[in-house]
Amino acid sequence: MFRLLRTNAFRLAALYMALFAVSVLTVLVFIYFSTANFVERQAEETIGAEITGLQEQYRAHGLLGLIAAVNSRTATERNEPTLYLLTDPRLHRIAGNLAAWPQTAAIKPGWVEFSVSLVRRGQPVTYDALASVFILNGDYRLLVGRDLRDAAVFRRRVAQTLFWAALLTLALGLVGGLFMTRNVLRRVEAVNRTSASIIQGDFAERVPVTGSGDEFDQLASNLNAMLDQIERLMAGMRQVTDNIAHDLRTPLSRLRARLEVTLLERPDANRYAEALAETIAEADHLLGTFNALLSIAEAEAGARRDHMATVDLDEIARSVVDLYEPVAEERGLKLALDTTSPALVRGDRHLLSQAIANLLDNALKYTPEGEVHLVLRRSNGGHIELEIADTGPGVPAAHREHVFDRFFRLENSRSTPGNGLGLSLVRAVVKLHGGEIRLEDNSPGLKAVMILPAAPERAVVSINRSAA
Amino acid sequence: MKLLVIEDDREAAAYLVKGLTESGYVVDHAPDGREGLFLATSGKYDALVVDRMLPGMDGLALVSALRAAEIPVPVLILSALGAVDDRVKGLRAGGDDYLVKPFAFAELLARIEVLLRRGGTPLATTRLKVGDLEMDLLARQVTRGGKDIELLPREFRLLEFLMRHAGQVVTRTMLLENVWDYHFDPQTNVIDVHVSRLRHKIDRGFDHTLLQTIRGAGYSLRAN
Repeated sequence: MFRLLRTNAFRLAALYMALFAVSVLTVLVFIYFSTANFVERQAEETIGAEITGLQEQYRAHGLLGLIAAVNSRTATERNEPTLYLLTDPRLHRIAGNLAAWPQTAAIKPGWVEFSVSLVRRGQPVTYDALASVFILNGDYRLLVGRDLRDAAVFRRRVAQTLFWAALLTLALGLVGGLFMTRNVLRRVEAVNRTSASIIQGDFAERVPVTGSGDEFDQLASNLNAMLDQIERLMAGMRQVTDNIAHDLRTPLSRLRARLEVTLLERPDANRYAEALAETIAEADHLLGTFNALLSIAEAEAGARRDHMATVDLDEIARSVVDLYEPVAEERGLKLALDTTSPALVRGDRHLLSQAIANLLDNALKYTPEGEVHLVLRRSNGGHIELEIADTGPGVPAAHREHVFDRFFRLENSRSTPGNGLGLSLVRAVVKLHGGEIRLEDNSPGLKAVMILPAAPERAVVSINRSAA
Repeated sequence: MKLLVIEDDREAAAYLVKGLTESGYVVDHAPDGREGLFLATSGKYDALVVDRMLPGMDGLALVSALRAAEIPVPVLILSALGAVDDRVKGLRAGGDDYLVKPFAFAELLARIEVLLRRGGTPLATTRLKVGDLEMDLLARQVTRGGKDIELLPREFRLLEFLMRHAGQVVTRTMLLENVWDYHFDPQTNVIDVHVSRLRHKIDRGFDHTLLQTIRGAGYSLRAN
């Protein structure tokens, strides 16, 4: 319960309760005063009607007529709540149902309020009354009043009713508020419980979704989506770690074995130098794998998304082709380039260069003869398509998705140098740029198609080459 | 030539000091940023090798402080942060070169050598000469022993970089970074192919091979 008092939801509920109570009370007070006034105004109206009747008598028959009228009205019990008193100038009673001029009532014309004490049926009664006072010719005075006992009773009853109504409203409000607060708290508590068990290490836990589609459900779905994403990333990380462990362990043990065997051999400076050179080459290969893994992780994490600019894929592709042209010639392959300019995309020049270099590297590496053809074109629908087609052995359809996995290498390519990370990086880069990459049959050969969203034509940014 | 290595990792520092000493440098070592800055301000060093992550004072802050004090000593920053913008940050802080860990020692050595010789060939020069090989940067012509050599634009850029650093070891990574502005390792040894084609053009038919391969490190253009 104390925990409940400390929660924000409870504080909010309490604040609403307070506001609610104030408005209910205001309304009730208003109702009370307007009803009470209504009763008093009714008394005034009744008195006014009596006075009109008496005035007519007075005008028609003079003082005697008035006395007669007063007497006749006071004779019947029916008129009990109405008070009459007619006095001479010295305030001696001439007629009426009051014994004497009330002490608290002023002796001047107008409305007066006073209390009346009298004995009715052997009981002393005191009550409030309202009256109008007139001064007639010859300084005779007339007081016509009304007993306010009914009004007082009515007012008390209204007050009581309103009091209980207020109490009931507040009680209902409090119960409702507590109920709602607890309801909200229970949903928050569910999120808290899930977080706590995830902190404890149970990553499979998810926030329950009630299916009502309300804000809490949306929060729960978003949190779950976030957790799924984190789990995916963690699974990716774990896979990378496993792969690194696996892929680096082999060359590391080879490296270690080489050194050990060299030590066992007869000491020979030349042999040692040779072994060390081989070891350095092996270490360089390891560093290459390591750097490739880091680049992939970086691209996959999307860390470089902030550093994207509008770049010309045509210029990037040309530059990469320029880098690889001698390699193609060396292998007796034709490297053809077919581009359109400008081919603007929003991206990271370094990563795009590396991705195209990896694709080109693969194409050149696995093509024994024929040509490698790089085509850049703008497709309908605001995309830039980069296609690298070779006349090599291609990739069987069943393996076309797997080749993008880390360290995946086709059986017949194991003898070719490479770390099995090139295409993983390509896919990570393409994904980072919001594009897609797929492999197709070039019959014969392989066709890699990279599709990137085109950038708006206007935002042309020149690409600086910082050549020495 | 006197170097200051500012590196907090004791083993890495020992390796650097040993390697650099064996390469003929006089090396001092500072284990943290504060002491490093103190030693560096003495002005008796020809180049600094600064680790980026240092206790006491961050490597980049150290370099900024040196530059603010107008100490122009060349600085090579070593870092485990290899993203392009980390590199840019390092160079912007006043570093002259940036090397990502882990690195080959030959790479470090080659880069230190380049830093130490910086200012040897002014950038504004119009003619470069190594032995009997000459390059006219304005006419974009290359001759060796008076004979014209036809070069493709990329070959010209490659040769220009090698000539500007004549006598020094230039690594493949340095060529990729400076001639192509690429900060990744292509899987195939593309640079070797470029260099061998260039060598074919400038050395064929001559007794002396100018463009030499330095095993385990890279290349060097040498007049003798």
